[in-house]
Amino acid sequence: MANTMQFDLVSPERSLASLEATSVQIPGADGDMTAMPGHAPTLTSLRPGVVKVQSADGEKAFVVTRGFAEISAESISVIAEHAHVGSEVTKADLEDVLASARKSVEDAASEDKDAAEKFVADLVHLMDDMD
Amino acid sequence: MPSLKDLKNRIESVKNTRKITKAMQMVAAAKLRRAQEAAEQSRPYTERFNAVLGGLAASVGGSDSAPKLLSGTGSDQTHLLVVMTAERGLCGGFNSNIAKLARSKAEELLAKGKTVKVITVGKKGRDAIKRDLGDHFIAHVDLTEVKRVGYDNAQDIARDILARFDAEEFDVATIFYSKFVNVVSQIPTAQQIIPAAFDADEDGASTLYDYEPSEEEILADLLPRGVATQIFAALLENGASEQGARMSAMDNATRNAGEMIDKLTIEFNRSRQAVITNELIEIISGAEAL
Repeated sequence: MANTMQFDLVSPERSLASLEATSVQIPGADGDMTAMPGHAPTLTSLRPGVVKVQSADGEKAFVVTRGFAEISAESISVIAEHAHVGSEVTKADLEDVLASARKSVEDAASEDKDAAEKFVADLVHLMDDMD
Repeated sequence: MPSLKDLKNRIESVKNTRKITKAMQMVAAAKLRRAQEAAEQSRPYTERFNAVLGGLAASVGGSDSAPKLLSGTGSDQTHLLVVMTAERGLCGGFNSNIAKLARSKAEELLAKGKTVKVITVGKKGRDAIKRDLGDHFIAHVDLTEVKRVGYDNAQDIARDILARFDAEEFDVATIFYSKFVNVVSQIPTAQQIIPAAFDADEDGASTLYDYEPSEEEILADLLPRGVATQIFAALLENGASEQGARMSAMDNATRNAGEMIDKLTIEFNRSRQAVITNELIEIISGAEAL
């Protein structure tokens, strides 16, 4: 079995990364998971967090909010609504997302409120980690 | 017959027009390149998104519990037409082609006794739609201030449409935009976004995925975003089409101005020679009379 897999990170506005990775850590909706080559095919939605990619050139980090990841034995595609390269991202980039998320909590119907609140909590947690 | 001075002024003014159209053409060419790049960069996202969503929809779609965004409300009485055009004119038939397509679709639906509601994106489309379908016009999205269309704009539009869907204001939503083929060809296109329609090819269906959380939850999460994704793709496609249409329209205008200048210059030279000949005749006949 090959010991690397194709990793792609795409956002609607651009494709951020396409490289051979040895392992990828993904902030799944039900908890972080690390995928390595030969992983069972999985589809998971994402919570706001950091995607960490291990490759021959070292580790790369990307901050993502919302989206999903498609994992198969040979490849991983992270399809994120907003994505930033880890070293470039600043809190200011996330402030907007947070502001609109807070607003959607207020607007949300009662059955969606939990999900919206969880999203805000995840975001705040992510921003605290950045300090 | 216009005087020499009039002709000279006209040639000058057509020359100035040609300068402007030439500049507009070059600006459009530069913007087109950027718009095409943006469209290309979003393509991997859209393709993957639709592949995954299509696979999911195929496996869940048959069941009764499928979300309304996928299966529809069960009726098709009220149609929402989202007409996407440019904010600016001077781009050939671009805006009117889209408006024409939307209008014929609206007339077809009205003839069948359906209710039609129209949302416009882009100022030019709003003007055309208000004139012809004023009674059905319900909202307008203003992108005048937006320099570069981003995913956020698409999300805002999608949010508005979804809110209306949740409020049961319509059953079927269709977007109208122009598909960019090349600089001289843009095809006005209608695409149904709610209930979601997917291409039937199922190469992704061969893989069995583990889902985390459940299949239904992911699908319910993805469908609203699918609407935003499709609108975003359409906006970008439209942006490239607009610039392409403007580029060829301005190219034509520049060429026409050039032809006109040539014609006017010939006329100018002819009348100048006529004037000289006249003067000569006067001088010669004056000399002979002495």
